Amino acid sequence: MAFYFAQLLTGMANASALFLVASGLSIIFGVTRVVNFSHGSLYMLGAYIAYSSMTVLPGIIGFWASILVAGLAVGLIGMIIEVCVLKPIYKAPELFQLVATFGVILVIQDMALLIWGPEDLFGQRAPGFEGVVEIFGERVPSYDLVLIVLAVVVLIGLWYLFTKTRVGILVRAATQDREMVSALGVNQSVLFSGVFFLGAFLAGIGGAAQLPKGSANLLMDFGILAPIFVVVVTGGMGSIWGAFVAAMLISVLQVYGIRFLPNSTLVLMFIVMAVVLVIRPWGLFGKPEAAGDHGSQGPPPKPFRQLDPSGRIIVAVIIAALTLVPLSGVNFLSVLFADIIIFCLFAASLHYILGVGGLVSFGHAAFYGGGAYVAALFVQYAGTPMELALMLAPLGAGFAALIIGWFCVRLTGVYFAMLTLACAQVLWSIVFQWDEVTGGDDGMLSIWPSAWASEPGVYYYLVLVLGVGGVLVLRAMAHTPFGYALRGTRDSALRTEAIGMNVKLIQWMAFVFAGAMAGLAGGLFVFAKGSVFPTEMEIATSFDALIMVFLGGVQSLTGPIAGASVFTLLQDWLSRFEYWRLLLGLLIIFIAILLPGGLAGAVDQVKALLGRAPKDEAAP
Amino acid sequence: MLEISNIHTFYGGAHILHGVSLRVEAGEVVSLLGRNGAGKTTTIKSAIGLVRPRDGRITFDGTETTSWASHRICHLGLGYVPEERRIFSDLTVMENLEVGRRPARDDIPAWTTDTLFELFPNLAERRYNLGGHLSGGEQQMLTIARTLMGNPKLILLDEPSEGIAPVIIEKMAEVIAEFKAAGLTVLLSEQNLHFAKLVSDKAYIIESGEMRYEGTIAELEANSEVREKYLAV
Ligand SMILES: Nc1ncnc2c1ncn2[C@@H]1O[C@H](COP(=O)(O)OP(=O)(O)OP(=O)(O)O)[C@@H](O)[C@H]1O
Ligand SMILES: [Mg+2]
Repeated sequence: MAFYFAQLLTGMANASALFLVASGLSIIFGVTRVVNFSHGSLYMLGAYIAYSSMTVLPGIIGFWASILVAGLAVGLIGMIIEVCVLKPIYKAPELFQLVATFGVILVIQDMALLIWGPEDLFGQRAPGFEGVVEIFGERVPSYDLVLIVLAVVVLIGLWYLFTKTRVGILVRAATQDREMVSALGVNQSVLFSGVFFLGAFLAGIGGAAQLPKGSANLLMDFGILAPIFVVVVTGGMGSIWGAFVAAMLISVLQVYGIRFLPNSTLVLMFIVMAVVLVIRPWGLFGKPEAAGDHGSQGPPPKPFRQLDPSGRIIVAVIIAALTLVPLSGVNFLSVLFADIIIFCLFAASLHYILGVGGLVSFGHAAFYGGGAYVAALFVQYAGTPMELALMLAPLGAGFAALIIGWFCVRLTGVYFAMLTLACAQVLWSIVFQWDEVTGGDDGMLSIWPSAWASEPGVYYYLVLVLGVGGVLVLRAMAHTPFGYALRGTRDSALRTEAIGMNVKLIQWMAFVFAGAMAGLAGGLFVFAKGSVFPTEMEIATSFDALIMVFLGGVQSLTGPIAGASVFTLLQDWLSRFEYWRLLLGLLIIFIAILLPGGLAGAVDQVKALLGRAPKDEAAP
Repeated sequence: MLEISNIHTFYGGAHILHGVSLRVEAGEVVSLLGRNGAGKTTTIKSAIGLVRPRDGRITFDGTETTSWASHRICHLGLGYVPEERRIFSDLTVMENLEVGRRPARDDIPAWTTDTLFELFPNLAERRYNLGGHLSGGEQQMLTIARTLMGNPKLILLDEPSEGIAPVIIEKMAEVIAEFKAAGLTVLLSEQNLHFAKLVSDKAYIIESGEMRYEGTIAELEANSEVREKYLAV
């Protein structure tokens, strides 16, 4: 009994930072409707800043003051992000904000590397709370109790702020109807900045407070992202109580999980979330999203254009040019272009669900990496030949999408994005934790193509055929009756429902199809590289795909192809610089602010300027 | 006091208001009449800055406000009561009023929760209830009370008689008469001529985003041709 109680305390202590960070995310989302993907980075900065501050400030006061300093500093940084990055794009579709905050993650990652270096920095223990206390004969670190108290104090503080103060009431009102709040005389701009300060402050405190239990390191940002999304989705977006209860529930279960099922800790988190969402799709304390409340506020999406004859000629010329690549005799070029084609397929498959279907998936790497692992596992354990493995990859990924999609399509908008991300993290954690089968972090090596395709030049042709074929199939599928129905669900779910179509079923099928095509890209990738690592499944890979689609422009079927090509070349070029993430991050932010139509939109703008405006009429 | 001159307002690419002009003098109650979709709400939203006219000029109390943010226009003394009421349903009646609260002005009497509860006794009983739990009529009163908490000089009332019971409509007419007596200026939009007749001095008629008629309420009553042409009977 005493043992379980001690475990309970450990779980609650772990929940503390999670709650602080998740509640900050939730508050920011509630008012501004922006999912701040850089929230994990703010948490990381909290730890780093506290570390530096503790080394300067002495003793007991220094320690506690450092936590506060970290919170305030991170709060200010959050405000700067809001003013510089988000203010210009509040009116843009939500994907812009998400991608821009992703750019912020990259910038902060390199800034942290630049300032604090690559090593883990171990923080000082809390003065006076270095030891353990005995509770019912069990030894519990006394700092754990401090963390629990901190969480409860913050919870009460937030409750007081939101129910007893004018500012809190304004924030709650703005969560419901910010336009009305501003018509009643409240300066939205100031309110938004203030809310960002508060949310970032909480993340900073969270990062600082957990320093004595761990270290400040560069993996903290992505590390906490999936858990806070799980907490926020499980607890209900915008609910402080929900964040508290969900953080406690998940952390405590995890502590017991480590005891009994050591290799399942990350999966356990997902199971809790899945159970909650099946029973309550909007989380424990959440409310259904008001329809039309967010999502794109920009002009309605333009219909996709089918290629005109000149476009077809251009495509034919590009494909013809691509067939010439291996003839150059430079292997490096075959490898680079094979990569580009694979990413084009990956990006095009994401675009199918995102651009055609209007569902912003943040976990598409699950299916790309999933396909890669399916192929690799079959080759390794069943001696499957490459040809068969390349067929199994999309099947396996499609199957994963079938299961994940069933949960995800029940939700829309931001909830959908968060859930896809969380699900992808689960697949990632299975691959990462299941050492014996997947090799864990070390990946799976020596997965080579069949003998006939072992030359890079020959394998390149295989990639060309399957990759370009896949892209063309995706394109064609946008112009089938199924594709029209899917666009119908994007533009008006209600109307589509009204004419007797099953919206969720259509979305689910599209999700599976997109997943399978991503799986094909993953399969091609494994044999191109001869190996696969968990990184193919991680959040950053999903984000890469999103950025490709976004760069190219969501409103065009050609967009993802252009985006993937430019992004791959750009990354290839930028990665020669030491701080390439910083450059890439800044570039992404600038594009989000300055090129709202992506590359395809920019091309259209240029064409319009040249007096050759594209026809807006849809092909049938 | 409020002067809208020749505004053109768009939603995305759709051109909704084609050069709308109107004037409201201090102390007047003016009705903006028109059928469904005529552009009444769009005119009112343009005045409070919730949509921005692409062309034309809006001045309030001698200050040009055409491209101002809503909160600044509100600070000048323009109060907005939306058509859909837009109560904060998760907030109590008291909290809803708190959101609207602004400092008193020198030139007009200041409203407090107490004076508002005198005006709307039903709300007083329900002050700790959530906005979402009120009846339609109570929500209509709350949305007006919430705007009055900002001590506006001019109130924009968008279809105050829409979708509420006849008793409450009478109550609305009384309330508007009290505003007038207290020196407040009102611009209200209506489809219902009977209600407009009860309360207003002047009337404008808008149709397809263009102003079609301007005159006193008495003149409009005498002019059956215009009434039949532009207003539902
Ligand atoms: N958000 C919007 N986007 C596009 N068009 C809109 C939007 N809101 C209104 N409209 C269109 O603008 C026109 C004028 O609408 P408005 O709401 O101003 O009319 P109204 O006179 O207030 O009508 P009602 O009596 O129904 O309230 C209508 O044709 C309407 O369809
Ligand atoms: Mg209206």
